Amino acid sequence: MGDTEEVKLLGVWFSPYAIRPKIALRIKSVDYDYFEEDLFGSKSELLLKSNPVHKKVPVLIHNNKPILESLNIVEYIDETWNASGPSILPSHPHDRAQARFWSAFVDDKWFPALKAAAITKSEEAKEKGMKEVEGGLLQLEEAFVSISKGKPFFGGEAIGFMDICLGSFVGILKAREKLKGEKLLDESKIPFLCKWANEFLSDDTVKNVVPEIDKVVEFLGELEVRAQSAVSKT
Amino acid sequence: MASDEVKVIGAWASPFVMRPRIALNLKSVPYEFLQESFGAKSELLLKSNPVHKKIPVLLHADKPVCESNIIVEYVDETWSASGPSMLPSTPYDRAIARFWAAYIDEKWFPSLKSILKAEGEEEKKAVLAQVEEGNALLEKAFNDCSKGKPFFNGDHIGYLDIAFGCFLAWLRVTELAGGHKLIDEVKTPSLSKWAERFCNDPAVKPVMPETATLAEFAKKIFAKPPA
Repeated sequence: MGDTEEVKLLGVWFSPYAIRPKIALRIKSVDYDYFEEDLFGSKSELLLKSNPVHKKVPVLIHNNKPILESLNIVEYIDETWNASGPSILPSHPHDRAQARFWSAFVDDKWFPALKAAAITKSEEAKEKGMKEVEGGLLQLEEAFVSISKGKPFFGGEAIGFMDICLGSFVGILKAREKLKGEKLLDESKIPFLCKWANEFLSDDTVKNVVPEIDKVVEFLGELEVRAQSAVSKT
Repeated sequence: MASDEVKVIGAWASPFVMRPRIALNLKSVPYEFLQESFGAKSELLLKSNPVHKKIPVLLHADKPVCESNIIVEYVDETWSASGPSMLPSTPYDRAIARFWAAYIDEKWFPSLKSILKAEGEEEKKAVLAQVEEGNALLEKAFNDCSKGKPFFNGDHIGYLDIAFGCFLAWLRVTELAGGHKLIDEVKTPSLSKWAERFCNDPAVKPVMPETATLAEFAKKIFAKPPA
């Protein structure tokens, strides 16, 4: 762990997945060089070389070794710089399993449902999808209450793994509210998560790391225009 | 005071259920296996995994842990003193193991499943090509991770061995049905040897179904008319 440690992060400013390692690196006060990939352009040499299997961001490159997949990267950061800041994952095996379970829920069920509902042209599918998203938020509200035990974050007093995972999507939720009037962070339905979302955004490790909501609004608007004028391709 | 009892809710044919069972065997942890009946979900399952209603579920002193790979990590961490570590020792090697385990679940296994469902020669060919591409990647991953040792995890079966190895019985069934070898000494020599070592390991043998038995079961479940 000498002074010659080189840490690079390849990301895209808008990507919630790329936000995650940024927060983790902040928590551990690790300096790094950030490389912005062109969202609509071609992928850089470095990205294609570092992630030949999926060709996706984020990628963390630590002393020339690439680490892939956002939550993997967060765990890697937590383990590698374990002495440099508070623990990101809980210490007890059962709590760790819970954190991993809920983050898998967010990434494998909840956010894909939101994405699908957002891009579908079918009103029926949209309504059904949004119901699933709202249902997911209710489940996450319940999980938050049980896991946080009255503290401000899933991780307790400080931001932890599950906060980073779900928190990375808060900007999109707030932007969609401004753009579409879609109130997913509804205080009457999920009061604890709404409070948590604001605590998350104002935390020192998150402020200045997540993009400004207005920038996200503008970008989401642009995405819609592009989707309408061309066959969309992910 | 809750006992330290360990239970696994699952089904004998499920590769995902095999994962926690192998992990518990590796740590010599006795457990009760609660077999779900095919086509119906028990009260206990619905109560223990209300979010996904899926197997496997590990119950440890009545506290549920869900999602097969998450359960394996939980077993490794909880009974850390009872057997060799299932994850590599360096953060980088652990990240690699998790990466490949995710690849197997998100990309490799879905393409394996599609072989059995593929209709027509064209579709079969395309899907086979996908699986073979994945196998080539995993052959390289094995060589990189094992560094000359018998398993992905080194000297002992670990997280990634379990994540991939649990599919070997289904892989053999798919090979039989398609008349096409997927993991063999020519295309994937390292994986071929690893597969044999894995299946013969005492922690794996008791929970890995015989290919013939699984093939019969597969015929039954795939014979159902489409819904």
